Amino acid sequence: MSALAESARSTRRTARRPTPGLVFSIAVLSLFTAGALLAPALFPAGSGAQVGDPYAFPSSSHVLGLDDAGSDVVAELLWGARVSLLVGVLAGVMTVVLGGIAGLVSGYFGGWFETLLMRTTDFFLVIPVLPVMIVVAALYGTRLVNTIVIIGLLSWPGTARVVRSQAKTVRQRLYVRRARAMGASHGRTLIQHVLPQVVPLLGASTALAIGHAIFFEAALRFLGLADRSTTSWGQMIADSFERGAITAEAWWVLLPPGLAIGLVLLSTTVIGRQLEQRTNPRLSVSHLGLRSFRRPTPVQEAQ
Amino acid sequence: MGALRTIGRRLVGAVLLIWLAVTFDFFLFRLAPGNPVDQMSRIPQGSAELQAQLNREFGLDQPMLVQYLRYLEQLSQGNLGVSFVNRRPVRENLVDALLNTLPLVGLGLLVAIALGIGLGVLAGAYRGRSVDHGAVTLATFMYSLPPQWVGMVLLFLFSGLLPTGGMTDQFLIDPTPAQKLLDVGRHLLLPALTLGLVMFGQYTLIMRSSMVETLSDDYVLTARAKGFRPRYVLRRHALRNALLPTVTLIGLSVGAMVGGAILIEVVFSWPGVGRTIYDSIVARDYPMMQGAFLVFTVSVVLFNLLADATYSLLDPRVRRAGAGR
Repeated sequence: MSALAESARSTRRTARRPTPGLVFSIAVLSLFTAGALLAPALFPAGSGAQVGDPYAFPSSSHVLGLDDAGSDVVAELLWGARVSLLVGVLAGVMTVVLGGIAGLVSGYFGGWFETLLMRTTDFFLVIPVLPVMIVVAALYGTRLVNTIVIIGLLSWPGTARVVRSQAKTVRQRLYVRRARAMGASHGRTLIQHVLPQVVPLLGASTALAIGHAIFFEAALRFLGLADRSTTSWGQMIADSFERGAITAEAWWVLLPPGLAIGLVLLSTTVIGRQLEQRTNPRLSVSHLGLRSFRRPTPVQEAQ
Repeated sequence: MGALRTIGRRLVGAVLLIWLAVTFDFFLFRLAPGNPVDQMSRIPQGSAELQAQLNREFGLDQPMLVQYLRYLEQLSQGNLGVSFVNRRPVRENLVDALLNTLPLVGLGLLVAIALGIGLGVLAGAYRGRSVDHGAVTLATFMYSLPPQWVGMVLLFLFSGLLPTGGMTDQFLIDPTPAQKLLDVGRHLLLPALTLGLVMFGQYTLIMRSSMVETLSDDYVLTARAKGFRPRYVLRRHALRNALLPTVTLIGLSVGAMVGGAILIEVVFSWPGVGRTIYDSIVARDYPMMQGAFLVFTVSVVLFNLLADATYSLLDPRVRRAGAGR
């Protein structure tokens, strides 16, 4: 652990070298993405195919054992990853496209559109998201497309706020004002000069939005508000709840989907936060270097 | 004076937000696909005469604006409609449910605050060391876990020791008040712990960064220069000021907590508002769904208001800034 801390500290000094956390996060996401893509090749029978007794204990042929239907938990996990990640990516992209456009336009032009946007985001940031999703899903149907659209439509305000404040500062920079003075149109200024400064932030938002979407998909699945014809990690959690994996003490069925969601969310959070830090230098500047004061640390000396 | 004016302004904002939420609630249900009479009467292929009659009865033949005004009027009198399922007024059902949700959220919040602030202070004081990295990773990971799954894992771990669902033991005959309290408490333990475990992460993160910032402030350096012991400075100077942003965040996180509470109440069959909204989905009980949604929204707005007010009472700087704005 001290090696981890040491390398984190040296990164802060020399900057730009990937931290162990970042490497870990990228590895986790690559692994799950590869697994999702390879699922049809590795388990051509698809999800839900019975290969043995229900709740069979993990063995060499089925490393995570079998679930309530006698299907291989690894196969379920990889097939489930396809849906979970697909929902995550599509809803995440939708969030960032909507939030990015709203944030860029309102931050760049200001005026009544900005006021309107800020009030709208105020509203969306206050109302509890999950109950709204529940109501919308219950009223408008539970097809996979609906799940994606619901999550996308209800998640963009956060992104819009971050992008707006960045666009607002970029607009004031000298080179942007010069470009305007030299006769560049609003559209050109926005796309050529403001957008590139916002792109890393959009990347960070995408990572975070993907995580959120996967989380909410699992919640909707658990409440029975999603299309059950496909499996997903959320569906696996819901199934192990409804079909007695806890009573059967089948921890090999219960644990994998939750851990998968936790790991993916942890990874998207780490990646998103680091991207954000690299974009926004203000975040990494501590007010005063207090190294001299901080040695020995207060808690340490108290011991 | 400044504090009062700030709070007054927030109050107006909160009333506006609640009105918006109420309006949103109305149109969300009114604009849903399908004929509401179909859904309400649960007679999908009812005859044209029956539909027309139901439409008249429910006032659905009136213009949207008239319907909306009538809805506001009824709401202002506390009328939320009647549940399709048990024919009781929605309001009565919701008051019962809310009284059950409050202890769950209250105890869960206490667990989350204790864990979150404790770990956050530790991480902030040990900034950049392995304790810090460990605490931040743990907090982020726990916050990433689906609440329903954390609840199930706790159920799995404690299934023999603690009750696995519901709020009371059905087989407890004629319990004394003390027995009853103990029984509910035992049932409350696991759901509240689940809520605490999935919520504390964000408090840890905000507490940590706020500690780090406060520890690098001039007055902390001054206090150290005066010769106070580091632990004293940490507690008296740094911790007190670092708590402020956390107070606001706790208010803001009530929205997320509501989402967690829904899932957790379903896992543990806890008869609260979250469980109510779930049951109303299953039964297609639209008035209940609408009412529960309203309760959630209004309580989140109120908690935000409360957090803002606490914040400006605690920190004179905010008060002044608020008055100047």
